[in-house]
Amino acid sequence: MAALVNVPPKAKRGAVVEIKALMSHIMEPGYRRTAAGELIPRDIITSFTCRLNGAEIFRADLFPAISANPFMSFFTIATESGKFEFEWIGDNGFVANAAANITVE
Amino acid sequence: MRLCAAAFIFAALGALPVLAAEIPAADRRSGYSFMSSDSKAMQDDDTANPGMLAVLEGETLWQTKQGDAGKACADCHGDAATSMKGVAARYPAFDAALGRPVDLEQRINICRRDHQQASPFPNESHELLALATYVAQQSRGQPITTGDDSALAPFIAKGRELFMQRQGQLNLACTNCHDDNWDKHLAGSAVTQGQPTGYPIYRLEWQAMGSLQRRIRGCMTGVRAQAFDFGSPEMVALELYLMSRAHGMPLETPAVRP
Ligand code: HEC
Ligand code: HEC
Repeated sequence: MAALVNVPPKAKRGAVVEIKALMSHIMEPGYRRTAAGELIPRDIITSFTCRLNGAEIFRADLFPAISANPFMSFFTIATESGKFEFEWIGDNGFVANAAANITVE
Repeated sequence: MRLCAAAFIFAALGALPVLAAEIPAADRRSGYSFMSSDSKAMQDDDTANPGMLAVLEGETLWQTKQGDAGKACADCHGDAATSMKGVAARYPAFDAALGRPVDLEQRINICRRDHQQASPFPNESHELLALATYVAQQSRGQPITTGDDSALAPFIAKGRELFMQRQGQLNLACTNCHDDNWDKHLAGSAVTQGQPTGYPIYRLEWQAMGSLQRRIRGCMTGVRAQAFDFGSPEMVALELYLMSRAHGMPLETPAVRP
């Protein structure tokens, strides 16, 4: 599964930085039926987490009404250099990870 | 396109003569220019454009060895940024061996079959769309040159004929909407000029990537016509006509469309 994360590579200490994360996923809501009338089972991402150097800075729960390929955008304050780690967890054992580094000066 | 929407304008369009006035080069506009600022922003930002996920997946496939030949696209074509630059901007192209035009997806499947000795990807499959998007993205910003090859002339003429021909229960031709009424709305959607500049596209209504053929089939179903099959000669002729009609317009792949 492809993920696209965007973190500014450099930031001034105390600056507000935007973090963007796009994840490839069908987000099948579980309410639709096939042409033959059979229910298409739910297959969604249920949780998204972002950590900086191991400490959680953002978390979101996702629900069936969220579109395919969910896009998350949020802000944080640049406090220290390090590694942002992103994790998506979902139905059918779905797990995907991505990471990006930031240098705070 | 929704059926009721097409029925809604049937009364208005059905009564008009076929004007079939082709759009002058100076007035050609991509579907992009009709979009809301939110959709434009989504297309413009490579970190928010969901089509970029298909580009990433296509890049991975480009590097992956496949088939009995055990070869990756990259083994023969090297760096796509060089070898594939401008290629999508001149497709569909004339295939001398087949004696007819093939579109980009078909060309990719020919390489899979003949050069990788692998089974072709199904139409609209995730993999085929990802590879086509990756290849086409290498031509982003390049002017469309499809049709410069004179061997294509009779096929373009065929595509034009199909574009001008009324069809379906609503008895509407592509030209009735996309040449004659492109500046109007159809139940809230801009009709647009039906320009093929962004394919494969990420369509918000589909929540997925889709090919130009899928888009055309949507319009055909909208006028309650029997849509041409994927990969049929009629479909490729229509694609070819649309691309030659957009001659000189920059390719936008991966575009976002409502
Ligand atoms: C009843 C009017 C109507 C007819 C007839 C019609 N279309 Fe369309 N077409 C539309 C509308 C409306 C849209 C835009 C839909 C949207 O974006 O929500 C569209 C979109 C398109 C697009 C996508 C353009 C882009 O920016 O990506 C293409 C290509 C297209 N049509 C081709 C065709 C072809 C080829 C035919 C004939 C087989 C055809 N259309 C017939 C109304 C029509
Ligand atoms: C074993 C070598 C080989 C492999 C592997 C291969 N190709 Fe090709 N490809 C060719 C050759 C040779 C041509 C020129 C036309 C021909 O002779 O078939 C070509 C032509 C093309 C073209 C048309 C270029 C143009 O200028 O019109 C595209 C697009 C293309 N290949 C894409 C791909 C993709 C995508 C893959 C992987 C799925 C791939 N190829 C795998 C050898 C290869």
